[in-house]
Amino acid sequence: MATLNVLILVCLGYVVLLFGVAFAADRLAATGRSTWLRSPLVYTLSLSIYCTAWTFYGAVGYAARSGLEFVTIYLGPTLVMIGWWWGLRKLVRVGRSQRVTSIADLISSRYGKSNTLAICVTILAVLGVTPYIALQLQSITLSFSIFAEADPSGIYNEGASVFWVAAGLAVFAILFGTRNLDANERHHGVVTAVAIEAVVKLLALLAVGIFVVWGIAGGIGPTMARIDASEIGTWGVDRGRWAAITFLSAAAFVCLPRMFQVMVVENDDERHLRAAAWAFPLYLLLMSLFVVPIAVVGLDLMPEGTNPDLFVLTIPLAQGQEGLAMFSFLGGFSSATSMVIVAAMALSTMVSNHIVMPIWLSSQGGGVSVSGDVRDIVLFSRRVSIAVIMALGYFYYRLSGGGAALASIGLIAFAGIAQILPALVGGLFWRGATRIGALAGLTVGFALWVYTLLLPGMGGSFMSEAVMTYGPLGLGWLRPQALFGIDGIDPMVHSVMWSLSLNTAAFCIGSLASFPSPLERLQGAQFVNVFDHSAGPRGWTGSVAQSEDLMIMSQRILGAREAQEFFHAEAERQGGRGYLPEPTPTFLERLERELSGSVGAATAHAMIGQIVGGSSVSVEDLLAVADESAQLLEYSGQLEEKSSELSHTARKLREANEKLTQISLQKDAFLSQVSHELRTPMTSIRAFSEILRDTEGLQPEEQTRYAAIIHDEALRLTRLLDDLLDLSVLENGQVNLNMGDGSLREVLDRAISAALTGSDRPLRVRRHRGSERIPLHTDLDRLGQVFINLIANAQKYCDAAEPSLTISVHDVGGQVVVDFIDNGSGIPADAQSMIFEKFARVGSDKAGGAGLGLAICREIMQRLGGEVSYLAGQEGGAFRVSLPLAYKQAAQ
Amino acid sequence: MSRKVLLIEDEPNITEAIRFLLTREGWQVETHAEGTDAVDVIRATQPDLVILDVMLPGKSGMDILRDLRDRDEMRDLPVLMLTARGQSRDRDMAEKAGVSRFMTKPFSNTEVLTAVRDLHAQASRT
Repeated sequence: MATLNVLILVCLGYVVLLFGVAFAADRLAATGRSTWLRSPLVYTLSLSIYCTAWTFYGAVGYAARSGLEFVTIYLGPTLVMIGWWWGLRKLVRVGRSQRVTSIADLISSRYGKSNTLAICVTILAVLGVTPYIALQLQSITLSFSIFAEADPSGIYNEGASVFWVAAGLAVFAILFGTRNLDANERHHGVVTAVAIEAVVKLLALLAVGIFVVWGIAGGIGPTMARIDASEIGTWGVDRGRWAAITFLSAAAFVCLPRMFQVMVVENDDERHLRAAAWAFPLYLLLMSLFVVPIAVVGLDLMPEGTNPDLFVLTIPLAQGQEGLAMFSFLGGFSSATSMVIVAAMALSTMVSNHIVMPIWLSSQGGGVSVSGDVRDIVLFSRRVSIAVIMALGYFYYRLSGGGAALASIGLIAFAGIAQILPALVGGLFWRGATRIGALAGLTVGFALWVYTLLLPGMGGSFMSEAVMTYGPLGLGWLRPQALFGIDGIDPMVHSVMWSLSLNTAAFCIGSLASFPSPLERLQGAQFVNVFDHSAGPRGWTGSVAQSEDLMIMSQRILGAREAQEFFHAEAERQGGRGYLPEPTPTFLERLERELSGSVGAATAHAMIGQIVGGSSVSVEDLLAVADESAQLLEYSGQLEEKSSELSHTARKLREANEKLTQISLQKDAFLSQVSHELRTPMTSIRAFSEILRDTEGLQPEEQTRYAAIIHDEALRLTRLLDDLLDLSVLENGQVNLNMGDGSLREVLDRAISAALTGSDRPLRVRRHRGSERIPLHTDLDRLGQVFINLIANAQKYCDAAEPSLTISVHDVGGQVVVDFIDNGSGIPADAQSMIFEKFARVGSDKAGGAGLGLAICREIMQRLGGEVSYLAGQEGGAFRVSLPLAYKQAAQ
Repeated sequence: MSRKVLLIEDEPNITEAIRFLLTREGWQVETHAEGTDAVDVIRATQPDLVILDVMLPGKSGMDILRDLRDRDEMRDLPVLMLTARGQSRDRDMAEKAGVSRFMTKPFSNTEVLTAVRDLHAQASRT
């Protein structure tokens, strides 16, 4: 008979072995000869702390009770590993680049180093993980009791054994989890021990499985036949539960503090993820391979009422295989201990960094960071935290009595931890996610989880039968397992659905409705774009920090040697010597990351802030966050209002500015043009007058010619000034129209004779005088000026051999229309749109004036209520003048 | 030794005035009134000095000057630039483009003559 004493001896021996392994691995790592410790294999095996005693023992029980549903527990992580490894890679990159110490630290760091958030996540994690630790203690106790029943000596005391197990695990976690503080020195000892335990539990389960299939059932064929004959083969699949639990286990795989610890914090090399992406699912597959056979054979073999959770132990015992049973016990023991140790380590880091340290810092007043030995304080607080967490697990176990089925406790914990998921994934992929949103989501999700799953699951003492059946205060739609009257869903699915969907909704709404602080925005950008920049500015600006103070503080946190090495390396990096680098923003940022590896991002930020001064976060801030968040909500509301007002004003200003710039540009161009047009004739006048004055012996005909040039240019100058004046008067609307009555024919007669007299270029004008007998009431002189311009243009620019101009008059749509069409080549299409602009000239023709004529025509016609335009598509140059016929109609 | 000047100017009266002045000084004066092909004309004419207007049809004097300075054989050709747009911005632009002398219209005849003499003297010295 196997005695309990032997078992205890084996256990102790196993623990001593683990101690030895952990110790040796730490030594190896310290001496730098630890390359194999940093292999993808060890990394993958360390991930197997996902498989706790719950999976080791519980999976068989789960299969015995609910058939194939246990597979979902393995399916979730497998899907994450295979389908979402790029997401994990981002998580690992962020965690490493930001020197993150825990998942609470990551969330806090992402949302502006908010300690409120860190506290929320920590509390959630402690609440979710404590039952889980209790579960592990329970499994160890139960498995002990199996052997105790078989032991006639009767020395076994259940209560005492749980206590000693808990205490032993606490000691192990303290010894190897808090040996050092520096995050860059990872916990190689613990990780290696965990890897060994991973191998032990896998081999143990495989051994039991092989024994069951080949030793009892008689091979694969008979086993399959047994499975087909059993109820497990017929149990249907509840799709809602399958989806919910697969999702939950996937979420838990990413969010569980212990998973985060081994996956991100202890990660040595991002590339290890690539190997783990296939190796870890393979591990899970092997772990699940024999679950169904063991369950089926157990149900057949064992007497009615035997706890199926312990088949892995009881089947070998019943078959008289004490050695195998002992090995199986060690597998379960490994599963439980590795989970408890890593979970306690991860939780203690969170509790210590986000709850104990801030309180301690604030209790010490302003100057702490340089006055006490922070290093010892941090270590001490972590050790106390581990002890407290183990004590919590122990008391939870004692209080709950260890009755509930293992799997349901595990699932409840998963659902709680999964509430972190929206804030985590949102933080990694959505720059718009804010602290307020994360807080809102976590709070809503946490509350719903407690109300719909945790309390109902804890039995009548926590939630009365009346509340369960009729809702609180008789409000039926608030029944914990049928919120809003949605009834008939599995309580698990119901809780997951409501808590996670409302959590996500609150997270999104809170993020959209709030305004991120600058630090939050910076961190958000760093997280979301972590692959773009591994380092960037984070908030420390040029300051007058004293490097000496920073040094003293760092020594207390990192240890004297580490701190000096770090400072020395930094000084050299800056191109200097000695131990005191300049407190540049880059240095401060790197120091902050270094420190945050030991005390968490929020605390490190606060500590540096105390020395540097002018920091964006202080310890007081950290503790006054509850207040602050309320204010922020209000403030962001105001800001939003103001910002919409501001953007409106800004837009108006921008429009006005654009208009001014345009006007100013036009004005500049105009002045420059005027200057050019004035200076050109003046140049000729000056040059020739100087020639006339200074040149002796000039020929008389030369004198005459040069005087004529001077005269012509003087006239050009006068004409230009007249045009400019005219245009300016027209444009400013200061012109007085001299309205009078006349006929179109008279106006055309006068214009043609004025345009053609004094010109030597011939132009033949064709008219239909009959159609021109139209009475007008308008400014006849101004209209005549427009006609003169158009006729003169034709005369100057028409390039036909025998230039001719056709003037035709129509009545189009209540308007009198006068077309001037010549037989030249006209104006090129690309120039037609600009000929009415000031100083516009087509081609290189110098015959005209300054290019103001058509601009003046346009202004005049506008004043007269009509229009002048270029008629495209004609043979030659073609202009159309149109005038309203209101007068004519009134007169007839 | 014949001294050749190429005058690129689209205002006929100004062209005539400068031609009169420089011919009396003993220069052989060639003229051109287009911007587009000015660089080719300069290359074909091979003048000792170029007088260049800024506002030319087809291509501005500034662009012509830049093109000249991009070519090895005409990098050192003396260019006297005349413009009727008297803004300091234009002067800066011209100097950046590598002008030898910059003058604003209207100019005095003596000024032009002095500038031409100076530029020619400098060029023959080097």
